[in-house]
Amino acid sequence: MATTKRLEVLKTYKIYIGGQFPRTESGRTYIACSPKGEQLANVCLSSRKDFRDAVGSARGAFGAWSGRSAFNRGQILYRIAEMLEGRKAQFVDELIKQGSSKAIAENEVNLSIDRLIYYSGWCDKYQQVFSSVNPVASSHFNFSVLEPMGVIAAIAPQENSLIGLVSIMAPVIAGGNTCVILASQNKALCGVTFAEVLNSSDLPGGVVNILTGKVSELLPYFADHMDVNATCFCESDKSMQQSIKEKAALNLKRVVIYEFQKWMNEETQSPYFINDFQEVKTTWHPIENIGGGKAGY
Amino acid sequence: MATKKNNTVKLQFDSSRNLAPALESKSVAKIADQYDLFINGKFEKPSSKKYFNTINPANEEKLSSVAEANSADVNKAVVAARNAYEKVWKKTSAKERSKYIYRIARMIQERARELAVIETLDGGKPIRESRDFDVPTAANHFFYYAGWADKLEYAFPNRKPQSLGVAGQIIPWNFPLLMAAWKIAPALATGNTVVLKPAETTPLTALKLAEIIQEADLPPGVVNIITGAGATGAALVNHPDINKIAFTGSTDVGKIIQKAIAGTNKKATLELGGKAANIIFDDAPLDQAVEGVINGIFFNQGHVCCAGSRLFVQESVYKIVLQKLKDRMESLIVGNPLDKNTDIGAINSKQQLDVINKYLKIGQQEGAEMFQSSCNIPKKGFYCRPTIFTNVAQSNRIAQEEIFGPVLAIQTFRTEDEAIEKANNTPFGLSAGVWTDKGSKIFNMTSKLRAGVIWANTYNKFDPTSPFGGYKESGFGREGGMHGLEGYLTV
Repeated sequence: MATTKRLEVLKTYKIYIGGQFPRTESGRTYIACSPKGEQLANVCLSSRKDFRDAVGSARGAFGAWSGRSAFNRGQILYRIAEMLEGRKAQFVDELIKQGSSKAIAENEVNLSIDRLIYYSGWCDKYQQVFSSVNPVASSHFNFSVLEPMGVIAAIAPQENSLIGLVSIMAPVIAGGNTCVILASQNKALCGVTFAEVLNSSDLPGGVVNILTGKVSELLPYFADHMDVNATCFCESDKSMQQSIKEKAALNLKRVVIYEFQKWMNEETQSPYFINDFQEVKTTWHPIENIGGGKAGY
Repeated sequence: MATKKNNTVKLQFDSSRNLAPALESKSVAKIADQYDLFINGKFEKPSSKKYFNTINPANEEKLSSVAEANSADVNKAVVAARNAYEKVWKKTSAKERSKYIYRIARMIQERARELAVIETLDGGKPIRESRDFDVPTAANHFFYYAGWADKLEYAFPNRKPQSLGVAGQIIPWNFPLLMAAWKIAPALATGNTVVLKPAETTPLTALKLAEIIQEADLPPGVVNIITGAGATGAALVNHPDINKIAFTGSTDVGKIIQKAIAGTNKKATLELGGKAANIIFDDAPLDQAVEGVINGIFFNQGHVCCAGSRLFVQESVYKIVLQKLKDRMESLIVGNPLDKNTDIGAINSKQQLDVINKYLKIGQQEGAEMFQSSCNIPKKGFYCRPTIFTNVAQSNRIAQEEIFGPVLAIQTFRTEDEAIEKANNTPFGLSAGVWTDKGSKIFNMTSKLRAGVIWANTYNKFDPTSPFGGYKESGFGREGGMHGLEGYLTV
């Protein structure tokens, strides 16, 4: 008897906005290829409108996400790590298709999981490391705490397509921000698949939005959108950096630039990455002084 | 809810309240006829060969003429700062660096009276404020940061922070000496060298500080102070050998600076404009709140980036608060800044007075109702009566734009959520004030207001240990406190 070879079911790689998986409103796609030029998938070529929709979702999610307890954010980051662990094989497979060796791919996925755990733990600790009670000379209680900047637009590292994205996203959301991330242009598969992990991780829709597309096309919008609080860029291209910084000046966006070549290194994780997307808020309140001794902190 | 009885008795301000003048003596203020640029430890003539006058805004009389630095002068100052950084300051031990800064702090204290009088003469602020706030706080700022110099690694756990190099610093005219202290003290403590440009209308106390720095024997070139207007500032911002820009001023100029340095690796701290909301709930101690509102908007003639220039009053207490506010405004003394009785001094410049008057017109044209205190103001000099606007709409320009003068826009609200929504509905985010007797309400409000400094049941308080700086278009980076170190270091 002749047996028929089973036909593989191919995945449609869509973008992730507000907890949904729409196709790009533009209807455009580009082809994700392996380094050898084999066609891997059709990927959405996101437009300015997709970006604006994603910013809208991120802004909408910001209040509730930043209002979650630090403990709860930590639990959700841990849950993302759990989900990623369960789908390890899929990511290793995609990374290999995109040109990694098996050993490097496995290492990248393992480190990505561990990095999520690392930032999960920081959620309810960075505040204690970076905030302060300030001993002012007058009779006031005065303290400074970190607060999330708001909506972060990030262009993820082009190499290290999984751990690069995770290394940007985790400290941003650990600190209570919401974000729109453009996945690696030429290695877009993991970004989309990671969105599926997020979608099954109790992470509220809109907290992380992931687009695929061309850096050169979307970069101006990531930098000049008036409802974005900070733009993050991870390449050493100076003319792109300059373009981002110039456009950011429209509304005094914070610009965070990382030029790490290898996102698997230990130096690419620390609570200072959380700090990079925080504002310092200082609060004053008078202290009553009645009777003998002076009250104060 | 229980109706509140208006117990306010209209205060009487007849002739019996005309206090005899209590003028501070000008004799301590030694002001030279002409000032040169402080570069590499010496006062040098500008290569521009140009000088401009600085006047006393209280009577429009000339105080001195001051050198105008052109780009060649700016370059000279930056070269001096670079040399001092590479050859001296970088190699000076943190402990010794610290002692230099302590020495400057002490000398400011020793010459406090002189500095206070000059500050008031040059800028128009009441002597009470320059004497009791500006000068002592400036000295304390140097004191605070002096101690950080050899303790930086404790501020950044698990890191070895490094200095940046040469800092270009541009400061405004509202707190001339204090802003110089906010800029220079942390820069030196973190091991950087400095080129500082004071504002063109208020250069004198910065030049006095240059004398102090010279006297303190700080190595030549570690601090350079150059005077000039916008073009001098632009030359400093655009100088290729600057590593850090620290700017305090308007949001418009802040944006120009951020754009100008986009193609460089210059680090920036921008402390810009504000349109702060001061929010009074019906359970607030109203007399204290009114006092806080008065201090919030009329302190330093309202020339304060964090001035509480929007007042939101809960509807149920609106009438009584408004009456108390008007009564208190009538008791404010506007006049000679050197008089110790003066509450509100001179507007800093003719130009700024024109801006304020423009907004007074705009406010009325937009349909808001203007009330000004009935006080007399001097014939000569630049003055503005304390002013409030009622019937203000959220979209009015006087409720949206920074006026930088003694002008308050008043609106009302019903619920906490409405107050938060209205207060945050601005591109700025520098500061805010909340007045209520309920602790849990304070923390709800202070955590939801998107601003860098929140005063609860107080307003316009400052301290060297307390970080200051804005969210959104009020700029980025912090000055003061442990967090103020970060802008001058690679961490």
